[in-house]
Amino acid sequence: MVTKVHENLENVEAKMSARDVSVFYGDKKAIDNVSIDIPTEYVTAFIGPSGCGKSTFLRSLNRMNDTIPSARVEGQIMLDGEDIHSPNLDVVQLRARVGMVFQKPNPFPKSIYENIAYGPKIHGLAEGKDELDAVVEKSLRRAGLWEEVKDRLQDSGTALSGGQQQRLCIARAIAVDPEVILMDEPCSALDPIATAKIEELIDELNGRYAIVIVTHSMQQAARVSQRTAFFHLGKMVEYGRTSDIFTNPIEQRTQDYITGRYG
Amino acid sequence: MSPTLLLLLALGLGLAGWLAARARAWTFRRASSSGRLASLPSYHAWYVALWIVLPVVAFVAIWSAIAPGLVTQSVLASPAADQLPAFGFQRQTILNEARAVATGAANGVFNPLAREFIEPYREAISRYNWIGIIVTLLIAFLGGAYSFLRLKPDFAARNRVEKIVMAILLGASLVAILTTIGIFVSLVFETIRFFGMVNPIDFLFGTHWAPDPMANAANPDPTRYGAIPLFWGTLFIGAIIAMIVAIPLGLMSAIYLTQYANPKVRAWVKPALEILAGVPTVVYGYFAALTIAPAIRDFAVSLGMSNASSESALAAGLIMGVMIIPFVSSMADDSIAAVPQAMRDGSLAMGATTNETIRRVIIPAALPGIVAGIMLAISRAIGETMIVVMAASTAANLSANPLESMTTVTVQIVAMLTGEGSFDHPATLSAFALGFVLFMVTLALNFIALRVVKRFREAYE
Repeated sequence: MVTKVHENLENVEAKMSARDVSVFYGDKKAIDNVSIDIPTEYVTAFIGPSGCGKSTFLRSLNRMNDTIPSARVEGQIMLDGEDIHSPNLDVVQLRARVGMVFQKPNPFPKSIYENIAYGPKIHGLAEGKDELDAVVEKSLRRAGLWEEVKDRLQDSGTALSGGQQQRLCIARAIAVDPEVILMDEPCSALDPIATAKIEELIDELNGRYAIVIVTHSMQQAARVSQRTAFFHLGKMVEYGRTSDIFTNPIEQRTQDYITGRYG
Repeated sequence: MSPTLLLLLALGLGLAGWLAARARAWTFRRASSSGRLASLPSYHAWYVALWIVLPVVAFVAIWSAIAPGLVTQSVLASPAADQLPAFGFQRQTILNEARAVATGAANGVFNPLAREFIEPYREAISRYNWIGIIVTLLIAFLGGAYSFLRLKPDFAARNRVEKIVMAILLGASLVAILTTIGIFVSLVFETIRFFGMVNPIDFLFGTHWAPDPMANAANPDPTRYGAIPLFWGTLFIGAIIAMIVAIPLGLMSAIYLTQYANPKVRAWVKPALEILAGVPTVVYGYFAALTIAPAIRDFAVSLGMSNASSESALAAGLIMGVMIIPFVSSMADDSIAAVPQAMRDGSLAMGATTNETIRRVIIPAALPGIVAGIMLAISRAIGETMIVVMAASTAANLSANPLESMTTVTVQIVAMLTGEGSFDHPATLSAFALGFVLFMVTLALNFIALRVVKRFREAYE
């Protein structure tokens, strides 16, 4: 089966592109021959039922699957035309360029300030205290968290509310100035108000970074993304403009999923 | 009749109760229209059996404590008792001799007066044996009858058994706690006796330790009871030298095992490391005394210390450090493994290397657990005796030179208690004061460690 790609897509340059990517956990094939271009200009959403492999595919984009001993990736994934599995490319550098936000907020058990300063410190992005302060403030402002935490930067990051923690994690990812931000169901542990704030934030970050969001909620994909890929049973079934996928799907399976027939 | 036989009797009666109750429950079951009871027949059976056995066990425990006293009392009521010396050692010896013959433990008596008491003893013992058996039977019968009469088709035997089991479990944990309290109380009394003879200030702050068990007990020389050299030796060997060895090695092996080792290596190395914890300390002592200590002495001689001792604090401390590596590493291992994978992923996803992730995220997050492990290891090390006896000697030197011989609190406790001294001599009693100090220190360390661990548990909630 070949992925159905809608033909009316603009011809934009791909920030990342995957070609025939398969991911295995031991002998089990979790992702089967996925090819996709991820543009900088848009937010790309991966949707699909649980266990369809959308998170696995997302994690292969910054080689986080390397941390799972049994996982193996085949195929080619390019960042700005460079193969991310090439021996010349340093995985540490790759992850600094392709940041990630996880399903459950995972701030370090350090102060809010230290959470943000962590990345810039290890990558040497800021010289001296003043510059570091500036990076922290800029990142928190971009993540829309500055006003809420500016008076308690030394408090523990784990003391924030769930939604604030997740925005802290986004700010932490922004602080190393990445080109791509991968978000793995970033709102699944949050209440509707915190979710709305994150979605607002994604809108604001759109265009500055290439954003890929995995989501379980079709409404969320419809609200925040311009491109949508539908995954099912490890395959990418259909890819196109979000509006087309939701109003005019080609595949019956996509139709069934978005109308709530399963999932 | 010995307590063992009484207990066997109780178990037999319990079994009878069990069978009877089960049979009764089955008749309920057959009689009921639905074929169902509130509880299964076996619960009825256990309910009755426990009601028979537990009161008897309680009675036997009390009886075996008071029966000998009752026997002695009734013997003393016999006419021959007037000839006994009024009090003291001789009186006790005579009675013990008579009792030994009466119970068949001895064949004849040394003191002719004891012969007079053999018969009263025999009589008294057999009388109280019969009383014991009768009371046991009575209690078993009462318990059995009470519980058996309560059995009904809708009797909640299952819940009752649950409650009884809970009470038994509670009792089991109380035994450990009461033992600790008992140890503490006995230490306190002996320590107070010691401090009645030697001023606590002299003991805690004096710098010369040379108790003389042969000196006049009534008027001890307080300057010979200064325990500072012992405290220092304990601290130097157990908390400084041993920790310099154990903390880095334990921590690094924990980091390797949790973060780098592949599962196959881990499956071999971790148990191998834990074997260290199972080696008897005497064996470590041999190794320290026969291998390490001479090597250190040779080294010291080569440095120009011609009078270097073959027993040194360094030898004992090094081996003790190796001994407690598993304590440090397994606590560190647990607390590092308890740091959520999400922390690690978060750091790696920022582009941190494994090493940076460990240093900046995992170790800080696991620090409370690691610290707790170290404190438990210290309290283990300062309570350790064998290695020090064999490798660091019993000479109480107050010195910062690790190549000198030193001694520790535990070694001196052994030395004082195994000497010639009697139990009302300050030299012997000083062992209790030392034990008391040691107990308080390890208690404090354990307490702090538990508090730290508790805080650690709250960190990710």
